[in-house]
Amino acid sequence: MEVRVANVRKEFDTFAALHDVSLDIRSGELIALLGPSGSGKTTLLRLIAGLEQPTVGKIFFGEDDASERTIRERNVGFVFQHYALFRHMTVADNVGFGLKVRPGATRPPASEIRRRASELLDLVQLSGLEKRYPAQLSGGQRQRVALARAMAIEPKVLLLDEPFGALDAQVRRELRRWLREIHDATGHTTVFVTHDQEEALELADRVVVMSQGKIEQVGTADEVYDTPNSPFVYGFIGESSSLPVKVEDDQLWIADRSIGLSAQGAPSGKATLFFRPHDVELLDGCSGCIAGTVAASRRVAGTRRVELEIGGHRQRVEIELPVDHPAAQKSRLAFRPRRWKVFPDTAG
Amino acid sequence: MADPVLFAADNAHESASGVTEARPARYALMAVAFVFLGIFLVLPLVLVFIQASSKGLDFFLSTLAEPDTVSAIRLTLLVAVIAVPLNLVFGVCMAWAIAKFEFKGKAFLTTLVDLPFSVSPVISGLVYVLLFGAQSLLGPWLKAHGITILFAVPGIVLATVFVTFPFVARELIPLMQEQGTKDEEAAISLGANGWQTFWYVTLPNIKWGLLYGVLLCNARAMGEFGAVSVVSGHIRGQTNTMPLHVEILYNDYNAAGAFAVASLLAGLALVTLALKTVLEMRYGAEIAATRGH
Repeated sequence: MEVRVANVRKEFDTFAALHDVSLDIRSGELIALLGPSGSGKTTLLRLIAGLEQPTVGKIFFGEDDASERTIRERNVGFVFQHYALFRHMTVADNVGFGLKVRPGATRPPASEIRRRASELLDLVQLSGLEKRYPAQLSGGQRQRVALARAMAIEPKVLLLDEPFGALDAQVRRELRRWLREIHDATGHTTVFVTHDQEEALELADRVVVMSQGKIEQVGTADEVYDTPNSPFVYGFIGESSSLPVKVEDDQLWIADRSIGLSAQGAPSGKATLFFRPHDVELLDGCSGCIAGTVAASRRVAGTRRVELEIGGHRQRVEIELPVDHPAAQKSRLAFRPRRWKVFPDTAG
Repeated sequence: MADPVLFAADNAHESASGVTEARPARYALMAVAFVFLGIFLVLPLVLVFIQASSKGLDFFLSTLAEPDTVSAIRLTLLVAVIAVPLNLVFGVCMAWAIAKFEFKGKAFLTTLVDLPFSVSPVISGLVYVLLFGAQSLLGPWLKAHGITILFAVPGIVLATVFVTFPFVARELIPLMQEQGTKDEEAAISLGANGWQTFWYVTLPNIKWGLLYGVLLCNARAMGEFGAVSVVSGHIRGQTNTMPLHVEILYNDYNAAGAFAVASLLAGLALVTLALKTVLEMRYGAEIAATRGH
């Protein structure tokens, strides 16, 4: 099922949680809404589900205008951040709930509901736990029950709100891989919300990066990492270093020195240079490079992070070197980013 | 003998809360509490039962079998049977509205719930006299249509409903607020309609709190004196509830009879207390499970 979010705006009282958001979700896609807290990602998910109504704009499921429909009629599977399992029901009753509450004509007989429930529990690798209560399960197991329960109604779209948010790191990684497998096996169109970029990049076909109620960028993991289209995305996805620079004559300048990078097409004036700390080449001589004094050097796992003080402006920037690189011993380093991007400063 | 397990729990609690009072001080405080409870609560209760049985079992039974007494007991039960279910429904609706929705005037509504607790019951009764009495605006209309509210069962029920209204709502509001709306949202997203959501999800989540509220509501409905006294008219055998009947018997210098009926009410209080304790144990575990969930 394709989902199309068309120019949606959502206000709570006077606070606008989403400004004019549009998004096309392809059928069968696994898509992540990624952003810091307060970016509007959960609001967007709840709007798609029908748990909230847009102030302005529409949401389409295929050709069907879903904004006209209530959450019951939309037939979405929603997995809540803290699972929201019914604690007085057994695991099997939780999973079968969506079938049990169907209107008489479409409700399967009790034996069929039981069969479906254990089938789904098989799928989420929880067979044998049918008779347990949610309180008797671990966090990861509860999450799987919640997913099985959402899938029991054969939803058009599967929506997951911070699905692994409350789990510890190891279980998260395990469940991540497992969710991908389930998605590939069932082919549900799936949207999940996360603030964990590693989770989004590893799991999703496409990542929607959000900030302050707007979509910053939509793309595959490679696209948002390799070609971020805004300072926010550059800063939010992966490690990044930034430096204030000046654009003049299609060249980048720090103070009065050209740093040997050409900024084709960038408007003249103040700008900010972004690059990945590990994606730099060290240079010996320095004509057209960024040079700085080593201010600090830290060993982080397999790499050495060096903090450089650039120019007379006490501007610090971080680069990464291999641990045994001889340059790490020097007090002055010159480098040039291999891949980089420059964004003009909007304010002033 | 002191239960060793209880003792251990006591010690653990002490070290956790950092109690530093010396042993004598602690015993003194406990003694004050027990003596106070003994004089003001246990002793009167015991006296009620002693007085009730002072003229022997036969007198006790014959008092209870008197037509006026039977009528009072019947009326009290009738009022409770009407008022408690009404307040159960009102209380659940009220708590639902306050805990699960955001709307203007919510704070005002929350304050209103407490009104019957903060107003003297006599005033509550007088309000109905002002509303439905012969001199009131509604009075002539009611009379013309042959509807009697005051000095009859409807008035007693109304006054009781008013006085006992907060019990269920106040018990449920904090519970439902803590539970939030996630379970209900989950149920609706799975296709449940409003009634199914309430029946399968909300009600099981609040059942112990609800039962607790109903129990307190019932105790008060059967025991209410002030408001009912104003609207009842004290017609023997017709509009006397048990508490009113106790007063009448007492004013007739029939102390043993008064205490016989009173002992029934006191018995009700004891049963309520016992059930309440059982529920608290049960309900406390439920709350703990909710938090742990």
